[in-house]
Amino acid sequence: MTFAIIVFPGSNCDEDAYHAAGSVLGQSAEYIWHKDTDLKNADVVVLPGGFAHGDYLRTGAMARFSPIMREVQAFAERGGPVLGICNGFQILLEAGLLPGAMLRNRGLKFLCQQVYVRVEQTDTPFTRACRKGQVLQIPIAHGEGNYFAEPDVLARLEANRQVIFRYTDASGELSETANPNGSMAAIAGLCNERRNVVGLMPHPERACESMLGSADGLLIFQSAVESIGAQRGSVGRALQTVQL
Amino acid sequence: MRARVFVTLKPSVFDPQGKTIADALHSLGYSGVSDVRQGKYFELDLSTREVAEARALAAEVADKLLANPVIESYRIEIDS
Repeated sequence: MTFAIIVFPGSNCDEDAYHAAGSVLGQSAEYIWHKDTDLKNADVVVLPGGFAHGDYLRTGAMARFSPIMREVQAFAERGGPVLGICNGFQILLEAGLLPGAMLRNRGLKFLCQQVYVRVEQTDTPFTRACRKGQVLQIPIAHGEGNYFAEPDVLARLEANRQVIFRYTDASGELSETANPNGSMAAIAGLCNERRNVVGLMPHPERACESMLGSADGLLIFQSAVESIGAQRGSVGRALQTVQL
Repeated sequence: MRARVFVTLKPSVFDPQGKTIADALHSLGYSGVSDVRQGKYFELDLSTREVAEARALAAEVADKLLANPVIESYRIEIDS
């Protein structure tokens, strides 16, 4: 299966994502330039972290108008799995593929540190290899990760089980100190209603090998591989049934 | 014709930068400044000479790009 890694001017985690999918997991990975208009039949689309278009105006605000985003939107509408990491998550929010917006971190500082996130839901293409309630150690690196949504939007997210990751301590408990940026409801990641588009602020691609301090992030990429595998399996079985 | 667009966080949205600036002013002794909200300011040079047209165009641009309606609102002034 193939991961498409979208490269915007200012992306800086594209190589890490490519390495995680390609070298660590042994899948095929392709860089796709933001001015391209073809996802080259990729199975999974990754919007990597960085500072797309210099974060001018607002984080993710300009990237939303890059030509490739029309294809990403269409891919998502067809049910294709899309993962936005950090700046990629911010782009998905600006593009309206996920609800809400990011504010400046509560403490105003850019935060670059290890955090713990609890997996809230496993029925997405990027968490199916995790256990519900599993705590992952993954680093964050952002200045605008303070998730905001109006109360009615937040209520809908909770009712639809769209909150996928929350900041917790190492034992999976919520607390003020475990929430590094002041995000509402300690939200570190969420999905759309259809559950195929997932965004998260922590960087799983920086936590895919134990020599980097944690290999917990690999579960996110492994989930995508399993998800595509399962999809192909069911399509295969459906074809067999038709032939019978 | 020039349009001025002022973008600010909605009243319901906490503004950590504005709060920090207010705290700094208080520590400087400006107790008369009760609150600060930080925002963005844009000057748009428009080719139209019609005020109504300028206002409509500035609003369209603000809706589409300059402001994020989830967290921000805007105000437009037209210089004729």
